[in-house]
Amino acid sequence: MKNPIENLNKTFDSRIRLGIMSALMVNTSINFNDLKQLINVTDGNLASHIKALEESGYIKVQKGFIGRKTNTLYAVTKAGEKAFQTHLDALGKMIKNIK
Amino acid sequence: MNESEKLSHELQDIKQIMERSSRFISLSGLSGISAGACALIGAWFANKAIHEQHYLISELRQSSLHINTVINGDVLQNRLLQIGIITFIAAFISAFFFTYQRSKKSNVPVWGTTARRLMINVCIPMVVGGIFLYAMMQNGIYDFVASGCLIFYGLGVVNASKYTLHETRYLGYAEICLGLLSAFFIGDGIYFWAAGFGVLHIVYGIFMWIKYERS
Repeated sequence: MKNPIENLNKTFDSRIRLGIMSALMVNTSINFNDLKQLINVTDGNLASHIKALEESGYIKVQKGFIGRKTNTLYAVTKAGEKAFQTHLDALGKMIKNIK
Repeated sequence: MNESEKLSHELQDIKQIMERSSRFISLSGLSGISAGACALIGAWFANKAIHEQHYLISELRQSSLHINTVINGDVLQNRLLQIGIITFIAAFISAFFFTYQRSKKSNVPVWGTTARRLMINVCIPMVVGGIFLYAMMQNGIYDFVASGCLIFYGLGVVNASKYTLHETRYLGYAEICLGLLSAFFIGDGIYFWAAGFGVLHIVYGIFMWIKYERS
């Protein structure tokens, strides 16, 4: 029998990472503060999850400045887009099967 | 909470964040193409009206019935205004149609928060510009109508590009540049108008369609 959760991506196994990916999927890029506000987490928490996603190659980071303040932008990579879509499809299928 | 509920909840979270954070991304390239086509048709009618008017004036000059030219001048302005309004409505409806189609396909409400944000931001400069140009026309100044339309529309697009596909910004810049250029070539307004609202929209629409929608 096929394992029903084999298509679930372990990298996305957290509410915060799901939130980051969801927001980035539908935006060209989002900066750190907006992301924080959107998902409602602390700086450190968000930063560590971003790092994990970045190391997986699912998001890319672009550091910039607005005046003197740093403005770090995050965007989803092609690989990230694909991986997240697969993950979403798997989630959808599982819900269907359970019902 | 059982497994199914947990997963449903998770999916709902994802959806919600996507909606909350997103720009209005359903804007279709086909909308640009159709709006551009409407503008070109409108410009063709306007150009025809202008030429007919010139012909009429020269005829009148020959028959030395100068009195009527003033009245006919007003008729032309009204006719152009009519053409402009009809063109705008046609362009808007056709643009809405294709964007509506696309939003249905991608399951994003066509009148969600992002769409509202987008509309408001397009409209602020455009309404201001519309009233301003109307006031100028009331005072008999028609020279800057084409240029003003392009400039204020361009400002609206640049302003709204933050809330939709970011490439729209370049369309806005192009419209503004064309509008400014047009201000130095009074009398050729109709050609700038056709280039800005017709050609630029079509070029933009094709580009966006190829980039985002061709599958």
